[in-house]
Amino acid sequence: MEAFHLLLYGFSVLMTWKILALMMVGLTLGIFVGVLPGLGGPNGVAILLPLTFTMDPTSAIVMLSCIYWGALFGGAITSILFNIPGEAWSVATTFDGYPMAQQGRAAEALTAAFTSSFIGSLVAVLLITFLAPSIASFALKFGPPEFFAVYLLTFCSFVGLGREEKHKTLISMALGLLVAGIGMDTVSGQLRMTFGSTELLRGVNFLVAVIGLFGISEILLTMEERLALRGHAAKISLRVVLKVWREMPRYWATLLRSSFIGCWLGITPGGAIAASFMGYNIAKRMSKDPDSFGKGRIEGVFAPETAAHASGTSALLPMLALGIPGSGTAAILLGGLMVWGLNPGPLLFVEHKEFVWGLIASMYLGNVVGLVLVLTTVPIFASVLRVPFAAIAPMIVVSCAIGAFAIQNAMFDIWLMMLFGVLGYVFKKIGIPMAPLTLALVLGSRAEDSFRLSMIGSAGDMRVFWSNGLVGSITTLALVLLFWPLIARALAAMRKR
Amino acid sequence: MRNPIAVLAAASLSLLAAPSYAWEPTKPVEIVVAAGAGGASDQMARMMQAAIQKNNLMKQPIVVSLKGGASGAEGLMYMKTSPGDANKVLIAYSLIYMLPLSAKIPFNWRELTPISVMALDEFVLWDNTTLPYKTTKEFIDAAKKADPMFKMGGTGSKREDHVLTVFIEKKTGAKFAYLPYKSGGEAATQLVGNHTASNVNNPSENLEVWRAGQVRALCVFSKERMQYKTKVTETMSWNDIPTCKEQGLDVSYQMLRAMFLPGGVKPEEAAFYTDLFKKVTQTAEYKDYMEKQALKPVFLTGKDMLKFLEEDDALNKSLMTEAGFVAQ
Repeated sequence: MEAFHLLLYGFSVLMTWKILALMMVGLTLGIFVGVLPGLGGPNGVAILLPLTFTMDPTSAIVMLSCIYWGALFGGAITSILFNIPGEAWSVATTFDGYPMAQQGRAAEALTAAFTSSFIGSLVAVLLITFLAPSIASFALKFGPPEFFAVYLLTFCSFVGLGREEKHKTLISMALGLLVAGIGMDTVSGQLRMTFGSTELLRGVNFLVAVIGLFGISEILLTMEERLALRGHAAKISLRVVLKVWREMPRYWATLLRSSFIGCWLGITPGGAIAASFMGYNIAKRMSKDPDSFGKGRIEGVFAPETAAHASGTSALLPMLALGIPGSGTAAILLGGLMVWGLNPGPLLFVEHKEFVWGLIASMYLGNVVGLVLVLTTVPIFASVLRVPFAAIAPMIVVSCAIGAFAIQNAMFDIWLMMLFGVLGYVFKKIGIPMAPLTLALVLGSRAEDSFRLSMIGSAGDMRVFWSNGLVGSITTLALVLLFWPLIARALAAMRKR
Repeated sequence: MRNPIAVLAAASLSLLAAPSYAWEPTKPVEIVVAAGAGGASDQMARMMQAAIQKNNLMKQPIVVSLKGGASGAEGLMYMKTSPGDANKVLIAYSLIYMLPLSAKIPFNWRELTPISVMALDEFVLWDNTTLPYKTTKEFIDAAKKADPMFKMGGTGSKREDHVLTVFIEKKTGAKFAYLPYKSGGEAATQLVGNHTASNVNNPSENLEVWRAGQVRALCVFSKERMQYKTKVTETMSWNDIPTCKEQGLDVSYQMLRAMFLPGGVKPEEAAFYTDLFKKVTQTAEYKDYMEKQALKPVFLTGKDMLKFLEEDDALNKSLMTEAGFVAQ
């Protein structure tokens, strides 16, 4: 019960008006930056980091982490209302969230997203509270082969479990892997596919591509179809909230599964993006009615949001315990820790108890306050929908362009965004799914690096992927998922006999 | 503020900051970090940001801008393509010599304006504490016999860590499988997790895991021992780490940490920054950082700095050539 005592101690650190006020400010700022595409959690935290230099470390981390929670909540708003993911991990939320908004069920979708975010974070915080010391050592078991196995699992689950035609998924994924190869190659230290251009040196940023693929292409399609921006005003009434909450227990298995996937990928660290996709795909595979996914099923919002938030929250654990940032935002928080004179590592838990437990307690409090705040302020953000399309389309394009520019302060990225916008349009026209491409863009170069490091370490022996129980079981599971359609058919045939 | 002296120092510094200059920045100043978040350059940039803001050394705010893409080439090209812009300052390290050689990046540090050398960073040979090798000699002897080869972790390919590994191999005849990671932090955790046998991280990159007793410091690649005698772990100070030469491994290498403005800036602009960074080296934050992260405080400007850069460039070039890392 030591954890429980320490947690109470953490709450006692938080209970001052100053810290509670900072928490509210942080959450509001966070929701705001989460809503703007591109200007998500990492950028918001980075811009506001210098504000905290004069604060004591505990106030500073409480404020910054509340910006982070706020951004996690806010990212869902644009995904559902505009089909533009505010954050990379909200991509999977658009699959069912946007169709729901089109059917006039935006309020339901938003409530579902916020509530499941809350549940995901809560499970992850509980996990952090009670398993912190032992889980930190688990993360150390991950060397290059283990990392590669996790990435392979993510890719394979996409091919094997996806509803789309397999060859189209593969085309999209291969294109993503190709684009991910642009820029400096870590393993050989050489440039690839930059064609002498200095703009291409840094490679194609994932968020730039996502803003184009999802945001710009949607605007292009809507223009072509001469439609008003679809979706209804999303006023969240208490009645809708209660309706969604009453429905929730029916999906307990999905919620639990997604929480588990999220925590696991957050700690390992596969990341929130992989977690949200995997959560979605597995929910679909396990469902009795997989065809209704992608057409506005509420479970399709629960699954990715729960997983993304469980993962985003638990990613803070390896950062605190090991100094490995599990996400972009965690990396910036890591920089903050050092400015405040704290060094992340196993000793942080021993030497700075008030800081660590204050942060953990703020995760509980920040999530509760955040949920209430976001449910009550949504009408403000959603009122944008009542503005005519002719007025709002240019605003969205501008906000996309600002987002793309802000990531690296590069004009070139705006052109790149437009290019991906056209690509997204073409993909939609010929029915190629975009999610595999984005996934490959995010994980492609990491997967490649970990594969090549494994090969250097084992002198080219592929058996390294079955060299211990952990890596062996992940790799095997990945291959089973890849060939799942064939296996399922074989099993069915056997049963008939 | 931890102690009265620091408060006093800060107060006197803020008074010093008052005099007017021939030129002062007119908009926020960017410290460009040509490396990833949380790495040694980023930490140092954030220390300087805090030192400048807390002591009121400059009227305009200062922001840290991470340009670590393409192994740092992004930051270098960003500086190169901003001639005359005195609101950008690069925190440079040996990357400025090595990257143009290994990856044929069209960059030459002579196109920028050198302002000051801030410190020299050390490299230490570390192994995992669960391995039985307690001295450099035991470690090297074991590496020679090892089958499969020992794995040596490091940051990037054909860079400082990789060059050091090649020179250890050349001097001893041992062979290592070198694993290039994206950052020193990653190399540190991979060593703790026993996925590699050793690494040659900077002191700052392995500090925490060393204090936690998870890695062992075998020797420092320097001609003399580090000067700091305060105990860092329960039993050892930085000064207790022997030099590699003492241990019979005659390899030494130090890395500069220096500030550069873009090319084509006016003399009064350069003078402002020379003065600014001189004041930074007098702050408590800087001194504290040097000792905590075991850097060697060296401050050079003007002709001294140019001479240092030319010699350092020649040295790095010959090391890179000998290691076979210069692209054809």
